[in-house]
Amino acid sequence: MTASKSPKNILLKSAILTASVLALAACGQKPPPELPPAPTTNTGPSTATTQTRPVETGPVPGSQADFLATVSSDRVFFDTDRFNIDTQDQQTLQSQARWLSQYPSKRIIVEGHADERGTRDYNLALGERRANSAKNYLVALGIAPSRIQVVSYGKERPDALGSNEQAWAQNRRAVTVTVE
Amino acid sequence: MRFSILISPIVVVALAFGFAPGIAQAQIEAEAPAQDDPLRGSVTDDSSDNIITISVPGLPTPQSAQTPAGSTDELGARVSDVIVADLRSSGLFRPLGRNAVRAISYDEVTTPALSYWRGRNNEALIQGFVRAMPDGRITVGCYLYDVVLGTELARQGYVVEPADWRRAAHKCADSVYSRLTGESPFFDSRIAYIAETGPKDRRTKRLAIMDSDGANHRFITNGQATALTPRFSPDYQSIVYLSFLNGSPSIYIYDVDSGRQRRVFSTSNPTFAPRWSPDGHFILFSMAVSGNTDIYRISAGGGEPERLTNAPGIDVGGSYSPDGSKIVFESDRSGAQQIYVMNANGSNQKRISFGGGRYATPEWSPRGDLIAFTRVSGDFRIGTMTPSGGNIRLLTNSWQDEAPTWAPNGRLIQFFRTARGSGKTSIWQVDLTGKNARQLRTPVDGSDPSWGPVLP
Repeated sequence: MTASKSPKNILLKSAILTASVLALAACGQKPPPELPPAPTTNTGPSTATTQTRPVETGPVPGSQADFLATVSSDRVFFDTDRFNIDTQDQQTLQSQARWLSQYPSKRIIVEGHADERGTRDYNLALGERRANSAKNYLVALGIAPSRIQVVSYGKERPDALGSNEQAWAQNRRAVTVTVE
Repeated sequence: MRFSILISPIVVVALAFGFAPGIAQAQIEAEAPAQDDPLRGSVTDDSSDNIITISVPGLPTPQSAQTPAGSTDELGARVSDVIVADLRSSGLFRPLGRNAVRAISYDEVTTPALSYWRGRNNEALIQGFVRAMPDGRITVGCYLYDVVLGTELARQGYVVEPADWRRAAHKCADSVYSRLTGESPFFDSRIAYIAETGPKDRRTKRLAIMDSDGANHRFITNGQATALTPRFSPDYQSIVYLSFLNGSPSIYIYDVDSGRQRRVFSTSNPTFAPRWSPDGHFILFSMAVSGNTDIYRISAGGGEPERLTNAPGIDVGGSYSPDGSKIVFESDRSGAQQIYVMNANGSNQKRISFGGGRYATPEWSPRGDLIAFTRVSGDFRIGTMTPSGGNIRLLTNSWQDEAPTWAPNGRLIQFFRTARGSGKTSIWQVDLTGKNARQLRTPVDGSDPSWGPVLP
């Protein structure tokens, strides 16, 4: 058999290799680094983004897929036992607020999480506190609190499976999910 | 689906000293030890001088009879195995079961061959019998002898349904344990816990119950909603626990007899960390309101909760002193989790933990003399301190040991251990010296154990 020498398989291998390298790079950082969003002069609704979106091939406007494709990230990250919104988190939440302003009928759930290094009950409270931090920031940006529900999963739903600093940093998060 | 556990008080009968063993002599065949020892992974230091060597031959029967749980011969062998496993798990005994000692005749039960046992380095001897009764129940006789002094120390008879033979064995072990240690009994008790299966990021967590030694295991919830932190009510009729049934964490009371459950307090806020008061009349719980978590008290029957703490930050996980007058809880009001004590009405809140690291999940001993906790300092370790915060002792040393629960006599602590990486969990038991740690056998992974009181 010489199938492995066919160009198709070499391409496939190459693609897998690239994906592996990207995956390794993705879990090498503390929180997955996000590119800063395009500079904005205000935190209110932006109309510029709608003009640049490729409407023919993109996700359905207002859908969860559209949300994920539009915002700089669906999640913010926290330091151990902390729940403050830092500069990077602010930019992430600003991009979420812009999207929410475009679709004023959409509601969201903010899911708060903790890493595995805290005790169970405390982590439920900590996840709640983190989700509320994200909610409060969105409210400060003009999003109606009635559109935002929070839920804490404590340490029950880790995103990264390892028991190391990188995994813990990825798991200390508040994730915004749109309600379909 | 209806799950029911029947807990009827065991009839204890006094066995007359002139008790006649009857005619038939049932010789118990020595056989390989049954796979009945639910505790494994022993790290007991058996060389300790304080460990009592005690022989537990199989219990003969005056006349072999069939019961729904097996013949009285078989039951006699299994009762002996359970007594052996119980005594070994306490860390205070070196029990020699029927695989290690000779069988005895029914006649010997009340006339032990003391010189024989004395010659075999025994300090104590447990003998007994299993007898079928005309009404379908069985009587399990239980005799304790001091081999060195040649005296009888205790005798009890337990009349039970054949299906409850394990409880009779636990009662016998409890009687021996109490007589020889001076401590309160604890073997005849039950545990509620969380049975875990599945991958780390999508763990299925089901409410489950079992006897203190892992037997009579039963799943209560089906796992569709994540269940956490169960606690048996003092009368074993109810289990309070946390469920994500309606999407967010909320506490429920599950009624064991009816199989029905209800929310303890209807609110859009998350409620968690439920605990019973010692009299079963109240439930402590924590509720987060806009990110601020405080401890509340509510009647077990419902009504309006009373707020007990109001510090900014996270106050969570209260546990009553045995007399109900005080509550120990954890709070991060100082900047990190520490342990505090307050009066039952919330007044006079005082921090008691001042060692290095964070202190969490305090549980007041049923004896009142100690508070068990999880110390978080990178690793999680189980430890104890006095109610004033003194005499801190760490009992375990693993990557992550969490959530202690006390044996009803306050002499052993169960907790759960999480494996680094895989997230697999297991339930463990340790004595107050920390020298005797054992894993409890469960059908699947287990966490959040909660030990109930001794059964009537």
